[in-house]
Order: sequence, then structure tokens, then C-alpha cells
Amino acid sequence: MSDVLFASDAVLEIPRLFRLQWETAQDAWVLLYPEGMVKLSPSAGEIMKRVDGRNSVAGIIAQLEAAFPGTELRQDVMDFLETAHERGWIRQHT
Amino acid sequence: MSAAGSDSTHKITPPLWLLAEVTYRCPLHCVFCSNPVDYTRYSQELSTDEWLRVLNEARPLGATQLGFSGGEPLLRDDLEVLVAEGHRLGYYTNLIASGVGLNEKRLAAFKEAGLDHIQLSFQDSTKELNDFLSSTRTFDLKSKVAKLIKEYDYPMVLNVVLHRLNIDHIQQILEMAEAMNVEYLELANTQYYGWAFHNRDQLLPSREQLERAERITNEFRARVGKRMRVIFVVPDYYANRPKACMNGWGSVFLCLTADGVALPCHEARILPGLTFPSVRNHSLAWIWRDSPAFNRFRGEGWMKKPCRTCPERDKDFGGCRCQAYLLTGDAENADPVCDLSPHHDVVLQAVAQAQQPPVETRPILFRDDANSRRLAAKEPVS
Repeated sequence: MSDVLFASDAVLEIPRLFRLQWETAQDAWVLLYPEGMVKLSPSAGEIMKRVDGRNSVAGIIAQLEAAFPGTELRQDVMDFLETAHERGWIRQHT
Repeated sequence: MSAAGSDSTHKITPPLWLLAEVTYRCPLHCVFCSNPVDYTRYSQELSTDEWLRVLNEARPLGATQLGFSGGEPLLRDDLEVLVAEGHRLGYYTNLIASGVGLNEKRLAAFKEAGLDHIQLSFQDSTKELNDFLSSTRTFDLKSKVAKLIKEYDYPMVLNVVLHRLNIDHIQQILEMAEAMNVEYLELANTQYYGWAFHNRDQLLPSREQLERAERITNEFRARVGKRMRVIFVVPDYYANRPKACMNGWGSVFLCLTADGVALPCHEARILPGLTFPSVRNHSLAWIWRDSPAFNRFRGEGWMKKPCRTCPERDKDFGGCRCQAYLLTGDAENADPVCDLSPHHDVVLQAVAQAQQPPVETRPILFRDDANSRRLAAKEPVS
């Protein structure tokens, strides 16, 4: 990849159109938006719950690697962030 | 399970969508309203405390989306209280309104209460037709409200119901939405239930009108890209397979009417032979999981031919039970929108008639209390 969507020090946030919350009935993290809901996979939930308007991309990856030691997560996280950005779930905090 | 025709192996899923039709009162008189034509019979509205109890019962069942609709929900002066409780319980709260009664004071109070989103309806891009279709002078007021909603930084969905009389204004409607800077535009072709079914001959667009509107909408989408999401709901009379109505009966959608009756869709009250339970007499858990009415069309056990053996039955669930009843007289039949239905010709006839210039057989009927009482009493309305 020649272009990187987010720099390592970019701070990410969830736009106000979406709200992330844990749903007991779904046993999953979900994104709620006007009249709709996306149920996140466990790995997507782990990433999204760290998108809080304070953590940088590098910080999110470091936290995940600490939580799930022994795995190389960087590329998977970057791929997910690209998909999430494409769908409007995240943006760079300014 | 107790209900005939239910499927005892069918897994019961959470009622993700709770729609609270908090009142049937409405200052507008729209000719395509989806409320029951005999709504004046159901005027014993739930109290604030009854609504609060129901909101608390639905959340543990897994409801996440809470819609406040009506009628005009803003006519309830306890709406701020209900929104606040919905927010506290963790619902995503949606206000679905005409805009009448939405002033700056209330917008600020809803913000404070945690309201997540507002859907505002317009009947057309022109003052003349908006005001004719709703039989009110509301266009200028709605325009002011749309500005205020954005000033208060709410995500906003603009909803315009499309039909024969306004669909040719599609370009202007799209431009109006763009100027309002809305996140979503919902172009909802009329679904023929309630008042719209009564007015169907005047409202069903021609194929040419529909194709033009879709083409212009697609050009607009290509131009604005991700700035605005445009949802174009195709009128199912022009499809050859039915819509997956409510994603299946008793699957994700729970509608509570102004007087506390629980329905698996907005229209189900018209179906004969079913007793829909009231939250005044039953817990919501019993209503959703165990009541005969909510199990009546769950799963596939109730299906007749051609649905029973159809390879697409797990995609569209046989379509809409209410449409099957309205157009064939039997809610167990396949939705006649489907070209595999032996009753498909009733839809084809309506569509064929829509290709002709309109014949004024009877005047268009406005949704108001006087007309509702006459329809409830089965008296002539014109």
C-alpha cells in the first residue's frame, strides 16, 4: 500500500451519527445509528471500543497487542480501520 | 406453542425495533397515512407511567431502537420524559415527526433528554402540494424546523413519501434535502395500507414516472457521493417478488399503538380472527414470546402453496400478511405482489390502471376524525 489512510499518531473517534455500546441480548458490541444497528464481530468490537477520541492508531494497536499477546495484529487492525472509515463508523479526531 | 399454524421449532429473536405510536392525534391530514382508517376507535392513550413501564420491559428483551411516532408524537407533552427514560435505558432514540410543535424550547429539552435522531417528514418540495397533501399550511413551518434541527446538531433523516402526485418533483425534492444538509434522505414510495389503500387509485404512480424518479435519484447519488445517503423504497406493486415484510412476523419489529395494543407491524390490526394483546393486561415478554397473535405467522408452519415449497421462502417469508389479506381476503395466502401467487392479477390490474390517465371515480380522502368515524362505522365517505 502506497497511501496510509491514518498516520500512527492519528487520533480516531466515532462520529455522532453512530453510537457504540455493549448489548447483552446480542452478546456483542453494536453500532447504533438512525433506525439501524450493526452487530460487530468480537475482534471488530475489541478495536472499536478503543476508538474513543483519545487513543491514537499506534495506541490502539499497542493496547490490543498487550491484551492479546503473541499475535501480530497491525495489518488486521489497519485493514479493519479502512473498512470502518469507508462505512463512516470512524474518522480522524481534529 | 399455543397458536394454530405456529412453528414450535422456530427460534424467537429479540424485538430489536420498538415503535411507540404514542398518539393517533395529528394536526396533519395526509392522504397516504399508514394509521388505521378507524383510528378514532383507539383514543384511550397510554399514560406516562404505562409508557415508562413498557420501555423498561422491552429493553431486557433486547430492544435497541426506540421510535416515537404517531400520529404526531409531539402532541404528547410528556414526550421529553419518555425520551429521557429511553436514553437512560440505553435505547437509540428516534423522533419521527411532522415538525408541527417542534420549537426551539422543545429541541433543547430533547437534546438534554438524550434524543439521538430526528426524522422529519415533508410531503413535497413545493408549498402548494405539501400543504394540499397534508391539508394544512405547514410547509413554511417545516422549513423553519428543518433549520432548527441542524442548528441543534441532530442527525436528521428527511422523509418524503412518494406517489403519483409528487414523484415528478423528485429533482426538487433531492435539491431540498441537499440544501437542508441532512444525513439521510428516505424517499419512501407509498405502501398501500390504511388511508393510502383507500386512495390507491389516485396515488399509484405510472411505470414511466417511477423509472424517471429512479434515474434522477441515481444521478443525484453519483454526484453527492457519501455526503448524503439516499434510500429509495421501491413500490412493491412494481416488483415481482414480495418485500421481506418486517423481516418476518414477530422477528425484529414490535409496534405499540397509542392505546397500548402490541402489533407485529403497523397494519396488523386489520387482520380478522386475531386478538392482539394489550400492554395494559400482559407483560411485554409474554406478548412477544408466548402470545398466540405474535406466534400466528412465525416460522413457516402457516404457509400455503406456493410459499410452502418455495426456495425463496426464507428470504421474503411469503411477503406481507396484511397485503395478502387486503388483496386476496386471506392472510395465509402468498403476498399477491409475487408473480408466483395465483392472485397476482389483482396487482397487475392496479398497475395497468396506473398507466392510464387518472379517472376521478371518487375524491381523494383526507385523514381526519370525521372520515375516520365514517369508515369505522362503514358509512359512505363521499
